[in-house]
This record gives sequence, C-alpha cells and structure tokens, in this order.
Amino acid sequence: MRFNKNIILYCLVCLFMAGQLSAQVVGKATKGAFLLKNATIETITKGTVKGDLLIEDGKITGIGGAVTVPASAKVIDCSGKTIYPGFIDMGTSLGLVEVSSISVTNDNNEIGDIKPYLEALTAVNPSSVAIPVTRVSGVTTVIAQPSGGLIAGTASLINLIGYSPDEMYAGFKAIRLNFPSSGARGRRDRRSPEDRKKNEAKKLKQLNDLWEETKLFAKIKEAKGSDASIRQEYNPTLDAMISTVKGEQMVLVEVNAENDILSALKWIKDNEIKAILTGCAEGWRVADEIAASGVPVVTGPVISIPTRGSDRYDRAYANAGAMKKAGVTVAIRTDQTENVRDLPFHAAFAAAYGMGREAALEAITIVPARMMGLEMELGSLEVGKIANLFICDGDPFETKTQIEQVFIQGWEIPMDSRHSLLYDEFLDRSPGVKN
Amino acid sequence: MKKYNLLFLLLFAVAATLPAQTEKGSIHIKNATVITITKGVLENTDVVVTDGKITGIGKSLKTPKGARVVDAAGQFVMPGIIDAHSHIALDAVNEGTNIVTAEVETGDVIDPLDVAIYRALAGGVTATHAMHGSANAIGGQCETIKLRYGTYDPEELKMEGAPRTIKFALGENPMRVHGEGSGLHARTRMGIEQVFRRAFSEARDYMAAQEDYNKKMASDPQAVPPMYDRRMEALADILRGDIIIHCHSYRADEILMLMNVCKDFGVTKLVYQHVNEGFKVAPELAEFGAMASVFADWWAYKFEVYYSTAYNAAILTRNGVVTSINSDSGDYIRHLYHQAGKTQRYGMLTDNEALRLITLNPAIQLGIEDRVGSLEKGKDGDITIFSAHPLSVYAIPQMTIVDGVVRFDIKEDNDDMRLSVDPEDTETMMLDYDDDHRCMEGTAEELFKY
Repeated sequence: MRFNKNIILYCLVCLFMAGQLSAQVVGKATKGAFLLKNATIETITKGTVKGDLLIEDGKITGIGGAVTVPASAKVIDCSGKTIYPGFIDMGTSLGLVEVSSISVTNDNNEIGDIKPYLEALTAVNPSSVAIPVTRVSGVTTVIAQPSGGLIAGTASLINLIGYSPDEMYAGFKAIRLNFPSSGARGRRDRRSPEDRKKNEAKKLKQLNDLWEETKLFAKIKEAKGSDASIRQEYNPTLDAMISTVKGEQMVLVEVNAENDILSALKWIKDNEIKAILTGCAEGWRVADEIAASGVPVVTGPVISIPTRGSDRYDRAYANAGAMKKAGVTVAIRTDQTENVRDLPFHAAFAAAYGMGREAALEAITIVPARMMGLEMELGSLEVGKIANLFICDGDPFETKTQIEQVFIQGWEIPMDSRHSLLYDEFLDRSPGVKN
Repeated sequence: MKKYNLLFLLLFAVAATLPAQTEKGSIHIKNATVITITKGVLENTDVVVTDGKITGIGKSLKTPKGARVVDAAGQFVMPGIIDAHSHIALDAVNEGTNIVTAEVETGDVIDPLDVAIYRALAGGVTATHAMHGSANAIGGQCETIKLRYGTYDPEELKMEGAPRTIKFALGENPMRVHGEGSGLHARTRMGIEQVFRRAFSEARDYMAAQEDYNKKMASDPQAVPPMYDRRMEALADILRGDIIIHCHSYRADEILMLMNVCKDFGVTKLVYQHVNEGFKVAPELAEFGAMASVFADWWAYKFEVYYSTAYNAAILTRNGVVTSINSDSGDYIRHLYHQAGKTQRYGMLTDNEALRLITLNPAIQLGIEDRVGSLEKGKDGDITIFSAHPLSVYAIPQMTIVDGVVRFDIKEDNDDMRLSVDPEDTETMMLDYDDDHRCMEGTAEELFKY
C-alpha cells in the first residue's frame, strides 16, 4: 500500500517537474562564423574601435575595417550598438548553490575545516537555472567558489556555457583560504573579544602547521621519486597543498577586517605565497599597505553596508576606488549566487563613488583576466582571444541598457532565461480572468 | 511647594498626551530639473517649502522668510523615496510566540537612534513602513515613519495621521516558525488559510458581542460588557476597514487564497508584500484592487521564490496593479532608485513608471498619497536632490529633506553619524550587518544560525 503511494507520489512529482521544466528550458546555442557589422567596439585594452568584429571557431579573428569574411558567416547588424568583452566575476557560488535555504541544493560548503582536495568544478551543475539568468546580462565567466572552514576547497573559473563541468572549465583554479579572523561573524556572534582572539591564534597555528607539514610531505614525495623504497601514506590534504605551499599555484585569501588584512599580508610575505586577497571590505583602511605589498585584490560586493556603525554611509561603494587610488590592483566580484547578473551594477557603483568608469570596467574584464594569468585569452576584445562578448544598446552599467546578444566561446547564446520566459508567458496572460 | 509639584505634574501629564511636535522647515530649491511624478518633468524650476509644506513649484519663485536657499542647477529634484517594506529603526521585529499577534505594534519599539535611518536618508528615502516580521500568519501592527533623524524621541518619527497597517504572512516563514519550529498549527498552506478564517470569524463574534452589549446598555445600565481583548480589537478593525493589510506572500496560489478569504469577510484593503509570483495572477490582483510591493530582482534564495522573474514589477504594472519596489533590507533601502531602474532593464518601464514605484505607488499602498509621493503644492516638503537623473546608475543623492528640514546633506556628511554610541561597542567589523533589519529577525530559526 505504502509502496503504491510512493509510486503515485513519484509520478506526480515527475509530472509536476515536467510541466514546469517544459516552459523553463532555454534553447540551444549555435556555433559558427559571425560577423558583427558596423559596431562600436570597446576593446578595453586598445581603445574604442568603429567597425566589424569577426568570430570564427570560438575566437575573435578580426576587428576593425580590413576583415576577411568567410561566405558562411552569419551577419549581425550592429549599427548604433556597442560590443563589450564578457564580464568576469571572480567570486560566486554559481552552479554550486541552487536554492540557498534548501541545504540539499547547496554544494559549496563541505564538512571539514581543511579540505583543499575538494574540487568546486566537480559539483558545478551545468543546468543550474541561474546560469542562463546570469549570462544574458553579459556576465560570461565566473569563479565558482567553495566556502566554509579554514581551507574551503579549490575554486574554478567557468564559462557560462557547456553540458559538463569540464566543458565549462575556463583555465584557472585556486585553493580558497578563509584567513583566520578576530572579527565578529555578525551581530549575534556572542563570543567575547578574547575568545575570538584565541580562536584566531588557534586557526593561525593550524595554518602554519599545515604549511610545515606540507613542506615535509613534499620533500618525502620528492625523495620517493628517486627511492622506491620510501613509503608515504595517502594524504589528499597535504598532496593538494603542495603547489600552493611552494608558491606555484595562486591561492585566494578571503580576508575582510583591517587587522586581518595586515596579518594576512605579513603571512603571505613570510611564506612567499602567490596570493590574491578576496573580500577586503575594509581594504580602504589599509590601502597603502596593500599597495606596497603588491598583492592584488578582488573586492565585493560593492553594493553593501559599511562594516562598522561609525563608518561613512558610502564606504562599501567607495572601497574599490580608494584601493585603486592607492595603487592596488583591484577586481570586483559580487560574492553572489542567483544575482551575479548584478556584477555590472556593482562595478557601476564603484565607478560613481570614486573609481571612475574606465577602471571599474577594467575591474570586471582585463584586470581579473591578468590576475588569473589568462590575459591572452580573456578580458578584452583582441584578435586571437576567446569570443566571450556581448552586444548592447548603450552603457552596460546603466539599468536602462538592453543586452541584446551574448557570445561565449564563440557560441551564439539563446537570450532566454527563466525570467524572460516567464515574462513572455505572463505579460498578457491567457486565459485571463474572464475566459 | 506641594501645590507646585502638583501643577508641574499636571502640566507634564498634559504635555505627554499631546502629539509630538515635529520640526518643520522652509527651503527654496532653485533652478533644478524637477521630477514631479504627477505633473511631468520641469526644467529650470524652483521648489519652495514653507513650514514643512510645498508652497510653490515654478520659475523664479520668491524665497520665504528664513528659508534656506539651495542652488540645484544641473541637479535633479524628486519626491522623497518611500519604502513600503522596511525593518530599520526598530528594536524588535518579530513577536514569534503565536501564529496570531495582531495586538502588538512596532510603534512601541521605534528606535530613533538606528544609524540605518541616516543611511537610508543618504539614499534619498524620507519615509518607511516599519513593519513587523513574517514569523506569524497574522503578525503585529506596523508604523509608517518619517526619517526625522536627529531626534531622540521615538514619537517624533511616527508619521502623524498615517493609516494603521498590519503585517500578514503566508507560506514558508510562518510554516517554518510554527509548524516545523514548534510543531504547532500551521505546517502547510492549507493550515495557513484556516488561521485567517478562524481569526476573522472570532473577530466577527467579538464584534457581535460588543454590539449586543451596546444595544443592551440602552435599556439596562447593569449590562455586562464582553471581555476586552486587544487582539480581537485589532482584528475587528481590519474587518471594519480601519487597518490596511500588508501581506508577506510569494506563491500565486496563496495570493489567491487570501483574496478569497478577504472577499468572504468583506475586507478590501489589501497590499501584498514581496509577492514574487504576483505576475502569475496579475489580472486577479487588478480586479480585486489588491496592490503589490515587490523586490526588483530577488529570487531563488528559497523554494517559494524559485519560479520568479525580475520582470514581476513590469508585468504587474502593465496589468494595472499599483506596484511598488521595496527594500526589506538595511542595505537595499539605500539604493531604491537603482532598484527601480532595474524595471527598465527588465520590462522597459518608462522613467515615470519606474520612479512611481518608489514614490507615489508606495504612498498609495500606505494610504498617505494625499501627503507625500509627488511634488505638488500643499504636499509635505519631503524631497530628494540627486546629482544626475535618479534612474542613472551614476546618480548620487546630494540632499534629503523631510518636512522642509534638511536631514542629509552630502556636503555636511561626517564619518560617524551615530546619535548615540554604546561605550561597550568594541567596533569590530561585522560582515553580515545586513542580517539585521530583515523579515525573520528575532525568530528562533534566525537565532540558531550562529
């Protein structure tokens, strides 16, 4: 009897899902040669160019006037339109979190404190509903990051197209470290300042121990290469840490409070680590120190509350600009899941509050590309680069502007998402009230 | 001596019963682009406020005596922004101990010292709806406040004469707090419906008993009055049409359910809050005359908002539903002009349609549209000045004026604008400061988060 009930329930669920999904799945992307004609091309690195942009085989193969066009190319008239490189968000949970309040749909926060071996890429869901919602806004490439614990795991850069995580992978991985903090986790963090301090010291010791153990582990591993008699136990944690500890692989160091930023900088210097600071909500307080260290910063969300009650109301908006002015290399992230599409607006607020439009634009294009060592492939419109770009009818920072067509890796992306499909279905709902 | 004491006491008693005297100011804003909302956009125009009220909109107006003069050439002047859903300036948000708490009032817990008030002013906001949270199907009564930051008197924040409102909540929040959290009715949307039907029915009985008593009183001075009950009084006032319902809601089915309940009990004043699936039942909302106060683009953070669209405000507007954009956040309240701008990305609303979502429409939803929400002669001097068109992402609020009094001026803005500093506040950085000022604040679920 119970069994039957379950079957019925299962069927109902399937019916329900099928009904919903049929209206929600966006169309297929198309690949080929595309000629974007008569456009204003904001290259980011080489100024503004008027003319055509050719996409072939996933790459940009021509920009400007003298472009040899294959007969097969689909021509898109871009008169009065502007082309920008796809925006890059260096800190999101996109693909890892579907509905944040439902824990079984959250794949970003594994149990454990030190877990560098966890690969965010493994758990990226290519069918996440938020992916089309994000990419139609011109954000083409994001870091999907794990969270929680001292070492949260390994983050991955993904392009927002593909049927498998591997197809989406965009060429950059980094371990994500939550740097020990003495700050409160929120208003209801009831730990005393002493307890928080103690916890910070404990975590810092854990971190330093991890570094020492990894160095030893690496030595043994190396020795093992020339002496087969040496036995080494399976230790995925230390194994995954080797390239980071050696300073070969970049590590994303999440740190926000003033004092924590200073200790992180010292720790990075002492250990000769290749690092990017992420968060840096209070970066403006120690902007000169960050600039002197030469460590780049990914900051955001820009649109947020100041960290202290005594702070000027616009500190969060002005943070990116203040760091940039001091000489820090600054990229901007949303630290978001379903609203990563707001990335251009975060950059716009930074622009309005001291960063300037040009720097803010670079902070979500070429700057992150350089930070990840991908400046030959991403972040600007140049011949030879991957065709991640979009066509729009104005300044993409303005809410009024419409993003008309997005290309990712040369694929012409269907400009639909759950949001636009629901709009199409319900603007003039049929049947209405009376029929 | 004793006599004087008595006199003093009497005087004090009289003073305490008088409504709070709020500060009113006079100001002359010159040569601005004036966005009136109701009467178009006027170039090179002055706005004059005398003793808290708008007394003139036009060219080359005379400066009233003692008025501050502001040259706003090249700047944009619009009505003060109104947030129809906020939890700033409140000491407590949820009385989560019962699924019906119509007797409590956020007006009793106004915190005039909350620095979030100043931050909202710095985002051009002049009035907010200080709401009870969404833990209960029938929550507490709410308070419409003006952001008169600077006063230490909670009474002075209250917008005198604003209609009474009450918070209702459907769906996951009351289900989680009561059904899942406490194992008490209601755990489903079926149960939630019955909470309203029971509460309204009991209120009807309460009213009938009162009526009987009033009739009896005429002939029998010994008649026994029914027990006085604050909860029943509030519910009865809803049935009488004296309180506007503001209902936290998400799914189309529950939205329809509450309209059906209201129809059965003759309740017509109904505003839905959040109402993420309002777009699915926009024709029904329009027919009922129910209004909608929505997020610009929040979705997917829980299951009941998974099937959402950022085009919600546009679809509702196009279907004739009076719609506003609200913040429900100490962060978003600071950039509602930007949130309203998103209805142009998602649904291509006109400039005026978009700005109505944060001015006149929320005023209508709070029943204060004869006082605020547009720039018109006779209305309150609640005004915001922007550096550029307020729907441009580069616009920066320059000055915010409440009742003719300048409450935010970017030129006089200091780092620390707190009115009162807790000497024990260690001033450690807090990242999720914005966890405050939210709908579920103060519920067990939220307390257990850490």
